[in-house]
Amino acid sequence: MKLFTDALQVLNVGLSSFADSIGEAGGTALQIEWTPPAQGDRAAGTALAQLVNRPDVEAANRQAFAAYLAAQPVLEGVGVACDVLPGMGARMILHAGPPIAWERMCGPMQGAIVGAILLEGWADKPQAAAALAASGKIAFDPCHHHAAVGPMAGVISPSMPVWIVRDPTHAHRTFCNFNEGLGKALRFGANGKDVIERLRWMASELTPVLAAALAVLGPIEIKPLIAQALHMGDEVHNRNAAASSLLLKRLVTGMLKSGEARARIASAVEFIAGNDHFFLNISMAACKAMLDAARGVPASSMVTAMARNGVDFGIQLSGTGNRWFTAPAPVVDGLYFAGYSIADAAPDLGDSAITETAGLGGFAMAAAPAIVKFVGGTSDDALANTASMGHVTLGQNPAFTLPPMNFAGTPAGIDARKVVDTSLLPVINTGIAHKEAGIGQIGAGITHAPLACFAAAVTALARGLTAT
Amino acid sequence: MPSVTKVFRNFYRDSVSLMQLSARLAKLPGLSQASAVMASENNLALLREAGQLAGAVDAGPNDLLIVLTGDDAPTLEAAMTEAEAALYEKPRSGGGGVRQEPPRSLEMGLAALPAASLALISTPGDYAAAEAMKALRLGLNVLLFSDNVAIADEIELKRYAESRDLIVMGPDCGTAIINGIPLGFANVVRRGAIGVVGASGTGLQQVTCLIDRLGQGVAQAIGTGGHDLHGDVGGISMLQGLRALAADPTTRVIVLISKPPAAAVAARVLATARDAGKPVVVNFLGADPGSIRGPNLHPAKTLEDAAVTAVTLLEGRTPPALESHAAAAADRSGLAAGQRFVRGLYSGGTFCFEATMLLAEALAPVYSNTPVGTAKSLEDVWRSRGNTLLDLGDDVFTRGRPHPMIDHRLRNDRILAEAADPETAVILLDVVLGYGSHRDPAGEMAPVIEAARRTAARAGRQPIFVGFVCGTDNDPQSLARQRARLTEAGMRLAPSNAQAVRLAMAIAAPGEVRRS
Repeated sequence: MKLFTDALQVLNVGLSSFADSIGEAGGTALQIEWTPPAQGDRAAGTALAQLVNRPDVEAANRQAFAAYLAAQPVLEGVGVACDVLPGMGARMILHAGPPIAWERMCGPMQGAIVGAILLEGWADKPQAAAALAASGKIAFDPCHHHAAVGPMAGVISPSMPVWIVRDPTHAHRTFCNFNEGLGKALRFGANGKDVIERLRWMASELTPVLAAALAVLGPIEIKPLIAQALHMGDEVHNRNAAASSLLLKRLVTGMLKSGEARARIASAVEFIAGNDHFFLNISMAACKAMLDAARGVPASSMVTAMARNGVDFGIQLSGTGNRWFTAPAPVVDGLYFAGYSIADAAPDLGDSAITETAGLGGFAMAAAPAIVKFVGGTSDDALANTASMGHVTLGQNPAFTLPPMNFAGTPAGIDARKVVDTSLLPVINTGIAHKEAGIGQIGAGITHAPLACFAAAVTALARGLTAT
Repeated sequence: MPSVTKVFRNFYRDSVSLMQLSARLAKLPGLSQASAVMASENNLALLREAGQLAGAVDAGPNDLLIVLTGDDAPTLEAAMTEAEAALYEKPRSGGGGVRQEPPRSLEMGLAALPAASLALISTPGDYAAAEAMKALRLGLNVLLFSDNVAIADEIELKRYAESRDLIVMGPDCGTAIINGIPLGFANVVRRGAIGVVGASGTGLQQVTCLIDRLGQGVAQAIGTGGHDLHGDVGGISMLQGLRALAADPTTRVIVLISKPPAAAVAARVLATARDAGKPVVVNFLGADPGSIRGPNLHPAKTLEDAAVTAVTLLEGRTPPALESHAAAAADRSGLAAGQRFVRGLYSGGTFCFEATMLLAEALAPVYSNTPVGTAKSLEDVWRSRGNTLLDLGDDVFTRGRPHPMIDHRLRNDRILAEAADPETAVILLDVVLGYGSHRDPAGEMAPVIEAARRTAARAGRQPIFVGFVCGTDNDPQSLARQRARLTEAGMRLAPSNAQAVRLAMAIAAPGEVRRS
């Protein structure tokens, strides 16, 4: 027995006095800070035990993670949702997070859908639009089911312009809507005249200029741009100031060479320069592209999506296809703008946690120490957060390096097994929407993906595999 | 409600810092609202919308504005002073280096200690099987101290382990000594050439301590847990341990310890033992020695016999007797007329089992909460009758209480109760040393023994305390020190459980002892 041939080193799970005794007697023991996995859900704990270090799961995760790393998303152009989104229906409205019926939607999402119906001209008054939405004549579907993502309410209707991101490695395209800026915006459920007019202006004035610029420039590699932004203090979820500037620097040349009218270019530049989150939607589409590459590897426990609809928090695993595993979306205990408090907040909302799923956002917090102040932390906490996520991920992404961590890659490829085993929950940097439609962003903070999603996913994955 | 504003000219702080400051101020007692913002048009509009700012304020985008609303002027003044102090506060210094997560899972532990070869698991039973399975999947051997693990889980774990050349010691395995390192409840014994496999923790402790006392040492002591030799489990761990010791070049003599296994399991274990290529001493407590026959096999009736036989086989000669009691040890002249019975108060289940077996062979009736052989079940476990032997580690006593090897209160109370019974002749006690046990059992017991003797003496009686200490001089408690203290308190000490039982019988029922 090999046990007798090696010096005895012990991992101690449980009574810590046993580890002390081993040390006293001259042996080596390491105490595990153990708590019941999955908060004591024994079925999930047993399922997890069947998956730990299981060869088929390990091999599947290597394959899924390699595909994620191999994705090379480029910003290709601009399209109209009904033309480019796969499966987009003529009377369909997409939303953030896992599937949800109109009646259960949170205020900001209902407000955004009313706005989209007005924008499409399917109704002319908010009340009529709400009645139409409730009538069952409009199809609602998650963005994620159409290769798309959207921040906050994540609403995309057929006529809206979308960014087109392409991953040539896997011949796959992903999409995201355009960022409207702060304040009253559709993604927070605002649907007044000014909001609709801005959306119309974006479709008719802004996006043609961007399309023309990209036609001149050719596709823009997104990963190097993100990498550079990480070195400039962004984590490309809740802080996009550097990435937005870098993008604008590239686009301006293209716009000026495009032959578009100067006045049109000026208003486009002014709009982009006024919005530090302009890049967020590109970041999200790029992250979606990297993670879609990892989808559909049987037996893989790698997380391919984390998304919230303001009611439910949902995740998907590579090995369980398009199935969602959901839990109630948490309310974010963050910092609130003057006059607002946690009582005003909608539960966690938006597809933007796709950035954390891809090893950015909260996982890259070490790059953006400013973000950690949202929970009263120090820059040490930012490093600790990133280091901590290294324990629930499959590897590091060498394309995204972190100067304060000696240029280690960001921890990436969340392994649902490790989340359940360690109870270290994926950290998410997020904005906070007011629970009533149209008031807008009222704060920002750091939240964590709920454990129950991962416990359910691990249980389902184990059930689908034959015993070994 | 009164409010106060203050402008800090050309004083920039980023919005996140200001939101933090606002949140901190809003928590102060007596404040209803607090905002710290850069005085941009947008922010001023927000403050007005929220009703926090009435009228004009002379501040621009480069100025920092603090608006506080609260109960009264002194409160607001104090809060503003605090706000100002906060603005000029130095940042907390970084501690240097990234804070590391402690290992939270076996997998994280293995990353931190890659040469680990064993997981010692003592979680609540509900979670123990899952942790053990993870350990096995990570290539670790397992000592499963936890009890209350389902037999189906035990079988699954042991079969899985066996297929990967790993061993599961347990569930309900209290003791092992691997490569000289004591695990769980175990003693510090010399290393040597005797390998032991045992289904009983205290059985392993007694045999390994006696081997040490006889001048030899232990190669490995492998626990299997109490259910391993059940028919359903089939002795997987004992067979693995036996084969491993047979193959281990350091091990020259093997000792097996168990209660009598299921017949089919016993046959398989004995067949494997016969082929071990080295002598195997078999102590199936209470089994018919005639059932243990064949080349290499050496039956042993008691745990002490097992240790002595193993040392004899190793040395090729009988070792000197452990120690002989002076004839005075069996002196019963102080007993009053009615003092007739043995009352055994055991902390070790296997010791109680062995004692009940030995006592019931000679005396009848013998009562116990865990009866064996011809012993009878004690109906009210809180009241002894006749000769009574109690396993105080049994569930009926430990529910909601620590084990009596750790917490002496229950046994101390019972010592006083037995001493007060005029029929009690001998109070028989085990004292278990080693890691895991109480750090000074003699210190807990001696004052109680002394008090019990004083009380009985006032009633004209003198109950006799007989016991043994299972331990070594290298144990953290030190055998010599423990024995000295117990002897001082008046306990008559035997070297082993078997001898303590015989001494107790010689005192309580001298006419009967010859029969045993």
